[in-house]
Amino acid sequence: MFYRENGQIKTSYRADQAILPMRQDRWFLGVLLAFAFLVVPFVATEYQLRALMIPFLIYALAALGLNLLVGYCGQISLGTGAFMAVGAYAAYNFSIRLPELNFAIVLILSGGCAAAVGILFGIPSLRIKGLYLAVATLAAQFFFDWVFARVRWMTNNSASGSVSPAPVEFFGVTVDSAPEKYLFVLTAVVLLALAAKNLVRSHVGRSWMAMRDMDVAAEVIGIRPVHAKLTAFAVSSFVVGIAGALWGFMHLGSWEPAAFNLNMSLRLLFMIIIGGMGSILGCFFGAAFMWFLPILLNQVPTTLGLQMSTATIAHLELMIVGALIVFFLVVEPHGLARLWSIAKDKLRLWPFPH
Amino acid sequence: MRSITRIRLLAAGIGAACALAAGPAASQANEQFFPVLSYRTGPYGPNGAPYANGYVDYLKLVNARDAGIGGVKVTFEECEFGYDTARGVECYERLKGRGPTGATLFQPLSTGVTFALTDKVALDKIPLITSGYGRSDSVDGTVFKWNFPLGGTYWDAADIILQHLAKKEGGWDRLKGKKIALVYHDSPFGKEPIVLLQERAKMHGFDLSVLPVTHPGVEQKATWLQIRQNRPDYVMLWGWGVMNPTALKEAQATGYPRDRIYGSWWSGSEPDVREIGDTSRGYNALIFQAGAGQGRVHQDILKFVHDKGQGTGKREEVGEVLYNRGMVHAMMAIEAVKRAQTRFGKKPLTGEQVRWGLENFALSDAQIKTLGFEGYMAPISTTCVDHAGSRRARIHSWDGKKWAVSSDWYEADQQIIKPMITQSAKRFADEKKLMVRDCAKEASS
Repeated sequence: MFYRENGQIKTSYRADQAILPMRQDRWFLGVLLAFAFLVVPFVATEYQLRALMIPFLIYALAALGLNLLVGYCGQISLGTGAFMAVGAYAAYNFSIRLPELNFAIVLILSGGCAAAVGILFGIPSLRIKGLYLAVATLAAQFFFDWVFARVRWMTNNSASGSVSPAPVEFFGVTVDSAPEKYLFVLTAVVLLALAAKNLVRSHVGRSWMAMRDMDVAAEVIGIRPVHAKLTAFAVSSFVVGIAGALWGFMHLGSWEPAAFNLNMSLRLLFMIIIGGMGSILGCFFGAAFMWFLPILLNQVPTTLGLQMSTATIAHLELMIVGALIVFFLVVEPHGLARLWSIAKDKLRLWPFPH
Repeated sequence: MRSITRIRLLAAGIGAACALAAGPAASQANEQFFPVLSYRTGPYGPNGAPYANGYVDYLKLVNARDAGIGGVKVTFEECEFGYDTARGVECYERLKGRGPTGATLFQPLSTGVTFALTDKVALDKIPLITSGYGRSDSVDGTVFKWNFPLGGTYWDAADIILQHLAKKEGGWDRLKGKKIALVYHDSPFGKEPIVLLQERAKMHGFDLSVLPVTHPGVEQKATWLQIRQNRPDYVMLWGWGVMNPTALKEAQATGYPRDRIYGSWWSGSEPDVREIGDTSRGYNALIFQAGAGQGRVHQDILKFVHDKGQGTGKREEVGEVLYNRGMVHAMMAIEAVKRAQTRFGKKPLTGEQVRWGLENFALSDAQIKTLGFEGYMAPISTTCVDHAGSRRARIHSWDGKKWAVSSDWYEADQQIIKPMITQSAKRFADEKKLMVRDCAKEASS
C-alpha cells in the first residue's frame, strides 16, 4: 500500500541508475542513517556502543570486504583474518614510527598494505579455483599468524608479541570515548560501503561477477582474468585491512596475533554465507546474526531470572546458534539478504497479493 | 504467507533484542559488585571451571560467614567468554556498570583479555588484577596505574624455576653447559618468560632452546621429536588447558623423564595430570600461592556454602589446585576492598577507591592466619611503585594421586628482574605517550 513505485517516473538515465530507485527506500535509508549518526551516539549506553555496535560495524566492514571477493568474484578465501592482521599491524607500525601522520592516512596506508599482500596471495587464484584456492589462502592465514608472532620488528620488539598503540588522535581530538569511537567507525563503514556498492555496479564489479559466473565465458567476451581477479583481491583486502586496523585501534586497543586467527576468518565466512553472498546488505545482516544473536541468547536466561549455570547457557547458546544457521540455510540458501528482498517484494503487493 | 510469519518472528526477535540490550537499571543498594569473567567451556574450560568455582565460592562465603565486607553485601555475576578475547571484552562492557558503584575490579584469567582491557580500565577507572598472569612489566605502578599483578609475574615464575634447578644441581655455576628447553603456548602468555630465561642463560651459560606449541596445543609431536633429538637436561612447560596433559603424554611417548619437567603455575593442577595419573608421576610445577589440599578456610567453605547446598562446583573439588587459586584470588580482591574501606568508610566503593586499597595492600602473616589461609599464602604488601607486592613461590610434584609440595619458598631475584621491568614499562609508556606518575610526589601530597 505504502511501498510501491507507482507514479515515480524516471526521466533521466541518472534516476534510472540510482542505487535506490524507489523513493521509499531512499527515505528509509536516510532515516536509518540519520538515526545511526544523530540519535544512537546520544541515547545508546556505553555497553551498547562499545560491546555491541562497534564490533558489529567492524565485523560488517570485514564481511563486506570478504563478500567482494567471495560473493562477487567467486574466489573463496580463508585468509581474511590474516588480511585483517596485516591491516592492524601496518596501522600500528605507521602510527608508532610516523606519529605525526593523520589517522585517516594511516588507515588508508594500512589498507594499501593489506591490498598489496592480498594481490600477492591472489596470484595463485589465476591457476587454481574453488576449494584449492581456499587452501592456498589458508596458507596466508598461517603465514601471517607466524609472521606477527615471530618477526620482532613488526611488533616493535615487544617481548610477548602483543602491541598496544597510543590512543588515536584525529584532527586534534583524542578518539577515546564510546560515542567518538562509534561515530568514527560508522563514518568509515558508511563511506566504504557506499564505495563498494558503487564499485560492484561499475564495469569492475561486472567483470568480477562475470568471472564468478563462468570464467571461460568471461574471457571470451573480453574480460581479463588477471585483472578481474587481482583487482577483486586488492579491493577486498583493502577493505578487510581497514577493518583490521579499526578492530585493533577502535575495538581492542591492545591485541596479540591470536586476535586475528583462523577463527576470525571462519567467523567472517559464516557471516557472508548467512547474510547473503554477493550482497552488500547481507554483510550487515550476517554480522548482526553472528555477533548480536549469541550475546542475546547468552543474556536471555539471566534476564528472565532463570537459574542456570553459565556453562549450560554457553552450551545452549552454541547449540541454538548452530541450529539457527542450519535452519536459515535450509529455508533460504541465499541468505538473510534474500529473505529481506522477498519481504520487500511481498510488501509491494500487500495487502492485495495476486 | 509463510514468509510473512517469518518476518513477524524476526521483528519480534529484534524487539526482544532491543529490550534486552537496554539491561536492568542499577540498584541503589548497600552492595559491592564483583564481575566474574569465567570460561567453563572451550579448550581451556577444564581449567577455567575449577578456578571459577573457587572464586565464586569464596565470594559466597564472605556473605554467608561475615555478612559481606564490613556490612556491605557482596554481589556478583558470572559472564562466560570461552577464552575468546572479543567475547571477554563484551563481558567486561556488560558488567562494568553493574551494582551501585560499578564493577569493583576485574580478574579475567586470560592474557588476551588482559591486554585488551589494559587500555579500557584506565578510562573506566576500574582496577585490573592479574595475579600470576598478564604483562610482567605491569608491576611498575608508575606506568601501569590500574594493573595489579598481585603476588608475582611470569618473570618471577621463570626465575624461581631456574633457582630451583640451580639448587638441585648444586649452584648456579653448575648450570653452565646444561641444556634447558622451554615448551610454550605460542601466545603472549607463553612468550612472557623467554626474555628472562635468555637473560639468565647469558649470565650462567646454559643452553636455552624455545619450542612453541600452537593453540590449543593438542598437536605436539614435532616439538617432542625435537626434545627426543636434543635430550635437554630439563624441560620447562608453559601451557594452559589441554596443552598440559598432551605435553605429558608426549613426554611419556618420547620417553622423556617426567621428573625433569617443570611446569609453570598454570601447568600444575589436577586437570593437567588426572587422566594420565600414574605415568606422570614425578612431574613438577610451580605453585602460585596456594597448592592443593584443605585448610581452615575450606572447612568454612564446606560449612557455610556447600553444606547449605550453595556450592558452585562439586564438593570433592574443593581443595584442588585451581579451586584454591580461584579462592586466593577472590580473597585478595575482598581484602583490597576491606583495605579501601579503612580509608573511605564501610559503604559500596568505586573502582577508583578500591584501587587505593590495592596500592596500599598489606596482607601480613597474622592476617593470613586470621583468614584461615595459613600455609597457603606468602605475605603481600604493595606500594605505588610495586604493584606485585610479593614474588615468592614453591614447587609441588605429582605423586600419581595428588600434588604434594616439594620445595621451600623461593624469592625471585629482583636485581635481575627490576631493571627489566623498569626498561620495559618505560618503553610501554613512550609508545602509548603515557604520563608517568611520580610516586614520591603523590605520597607527600
